[in-house]
Amino acid sequence: MLRYFLKRLLSLALSLVVASLVIFLALEVVPGDPAAYMLGINAQEDTLAVLRDQLGLNGTVVERYFAWAGGMLRGDFGISYTYRTPVAEMIGERLWISLPLALYALVLSTLIAFPAGIWAASKRGSAADVTVMGVTQLGVAIPNFWFAMLMVLVFAINLRWFSAGGFVGWDAGFAAALKSLTLPAVALALPQASILARVMRSSLLDTLSEDYIRTARAKGLSRGQALWRHALRNALIPVLTIIGMQFSFLLAGAIIIENVFFLPGLGRLVFQSISARDLIVVESVVMLLVFAVIVVNFAVDMAYAVVDPRLRTRR
Amino acid sequence: MSFKIIKLGLLSAAALSASMGMALAKSDIVVALQLEPPHLDPTSAAAGAIDSVLYSNVFEGLTRFASDGSVIPGLAASWEISEDGKTYTFHLQDGVTFHDGSAMDSADVKFSLDRARAEDSANAQKALFDGIESVEALDPATVQVTLSEPNGSFLFNMAWGDAVIVAPETIADIKTAPVGTGAFKFSNWVQGDKIDLEKNADYWGAPAKLDKVSFKFISDPTAAFAAVMAEDVDAFVGFPAPENLPQFEADPRFQVLVGSTEGETILSTNNKMPPFDNVKVREALAHAIDRQAIIDGAMFGYGTPIGTHFAPHNPDYVDLTGMSGYDSELSKKLLAEAGFPDGFKTTLKLPPPSYARRGGEIIAAQLRAVGIETEISNLEWAQWLEQVFKGKDFGLTIVSHTEPFDIGIYARPDYYFQYDNADFQKLMADLAVTSDPAKRSEMLKQAQETISKDYVNGYLFELAFPTVANAKVMGLWKDAPTQATDLTAVYWED
Repeated sequence: MLRYFLKRLLSLALSLVVASLVIFLALEVVPGDPAAYMLGINAQEDTLAVLRDQLGLNGTVVERYFAWAGGMLRGDFGISYTYRTPVAEMIGERLWISLPLALYALVLSTLIAFPAGIWAASKRGSAADVTVMGVTQLGVAIPNFWFAMLMVLVFAINLRWFSAGGFVGWDAGFAAALKSLTLPAVALALPQASILARVMRSSLLDTLSEDYIRTARAKGLSRGQALWRHALRNALIPVLTIIGMQFSFLLAGAIIIENVFFLPGLGRLVFQSISARDLIVVESVVMLLVFAVIVVNFAVDMAYAVVDPRLRTRR
Repeated sequence: MSFKIIKLGLLSAAALSASMGMALAKSDIVVALQLEPPHLDPTSAAAGAIDSVLYSNVFEGLTRFASDGSVIPGLAASWEISEDGKTYTFHLQDGVTFHDGSAMDSADVKFSLDRARAEDSANAQKALFDGIESVEALDPATVQVTLSEPNGSFLFNMAWGDAVIVAPETIADIKTAPVGTGAFKFSNWVQGDKIDLEKNADYWGAPAKLDKVSFKFISDPTAAFAAVMAEDVDAFVGFPAPENLPQFEADPRFQVLVGSTEGETILSTNNKMPPFDNVKVREALAHAIDRQAIIDGAMFGYGTPIGTHFAPHNPDYVDLTGMSGYDSELSKKLLAEAGFPDGFKTTLKLPPPSYARRGGEIIAAQLRAVGIETEISNLEWAQWLEQVFKGKDFGLTIVSHTEPFDIGIYARPDYYFQYDNADFQKLMADLAVTSDPAKRSEMLKQAQETISKDYVNGYLFELAFPTVANAKVMGLWKDAPTQATDLTAVYWED
């Protein structure tokens, strides 16, 4: 077990090093000078040189890579070129919106998908199944930003139940903060819920045709009993995998939704930083997300080993 | 039925806001802007968004721009100019304090100007301070600025946001906690979301009428529309979706102000790159362009046609649009005379703003009609600065030059469109040392005519500046003579 653990740990460390190199080099070749962007078209050459020096842009590529990577190892993400504040602080602030928004959307999506998927699977071929399949097909097909704009039109402009966007901040109280995240969360959750419901349904149908379900039925369980007691737990594994993938997508992939609702989240931070060539912010945020994904994978690997003893001894 | 619910909701919302309005006039305002400042130091970045939030609200200079673009006294109550035009003696306003309570005196002025022109200065408009030879504090209320040679636009230069007065004690934190002398003081910045200002009770001049101001940043045009419609924001200054303006105009809840700017939008032409080094080709280019079609198609009708690089609202403006009237037959003829009877191919590099992206498609079609094929590439700003502005690797590009009074760029042969005319350069050099208003006006007119006759660039239109606001908000600036959202005189009508 220890050997397996160490092996996984080594691969985690290697992945991180490779990722940091790829991210750094990829952004290194992006054309554009952050100093020129900040000072605009009337800037004089000597002023540009002064600013480049202040930003630490004058070192060689190798020097700058080690300054950045070394800083991150110590938990120092550097100072944003444009905002002139510590990157770690900026990421921290944005996480207070992106993380709750992702969780909120995930909870909504799960709450919709589970009953819908189970219902459709248990009534396979019925009108209910056809309806769920049809609606989820639509949900997958509709772009979430379009759905978001539609919701803004109805709930913000016509009904005035919600504001059209923005985040009131957690200081305004939990309920108010949650309310201002509701429309974006629903917009994000709809396609995710549709995918999840379809996965839930097909995974359940697969397990329902397994031998052990037939055995259970032969022992006298009703179809419903067999589904709830035996099939559901076994059908959950692919569903949980999808949920894990969706979470990392929701954390950083909400760029368009954050723009539609003008929410100051992580996605918008990356978007703005790319256009301002605030590369240190881009590098750090992307690295953080890579770190999150790799660590989650590591945890999953560990969990597999706990669940499945064969993994510990093999290889 | 759903229609009924919506109507009910609207009615009750209207009733609610009406009853609230009756209780007392509002003293706070939420103003939306499209772009967020990268930081809050107007003296070390070109980002117009910094001035949009802070100019005149938080920071003030010796002189300042009024809403009509004229230069009026700011922190300097009055000044004398020596006979030779080289020495300016500024008398500062009485009782001016910074927001941290310390007094603003001549030492702060000296510090600010010296900092801007220093060797290690990061001022984006350092050229404004170029002619300053020395700055001396004669006494706490008097500052003497000596120039190396007379400069007719010195007072104008000192009105820029890049020349505001800052204090040495608070300069270290200016990027996140700006301390100025204005009618509002900075209170809070939630990055990515909003900046709050509050009334400065100790302001030296006429106090602000509002107690609290929130600037919100909404970059997406659709989101901007929704935020105004839902009345989440009280005003949107520089509204990014001109196509929605008629809808607001028709709605009694809102007022729409369409003002002018200092933004000359031009089809910038690389004067050194063949075939554009031939003035006949540039002339053909000018006649191939139908300005009104571009204004209607790209700007939904908002914008004033221009025929030279000068703002139409300026008293010295000369209407030269006739020099380059739309005439595709003439254009083809000129091309043939220049040796391109079958036209030619060139590049058209477009920065992100919609005037460039939408306008670019229309111009490409108009040029195709006379035989000029353009290869369009869409660039981000950072790429545009690198390739077009610095690298001069372009045939054509579309950009709005938003700096006020910037015809002087035509006197810089290394400027990205590379116009090199010794007569024009001499004219600008003479202008700089001329202070007689009548002579200056004459020279400015001559300058406009010269670049128009040389067809340096394709002159398209002056960018319009739309503001959408709640109908009860009074005192907003209509025009944008500089990038500013001056809220010092804004109030809610009862």
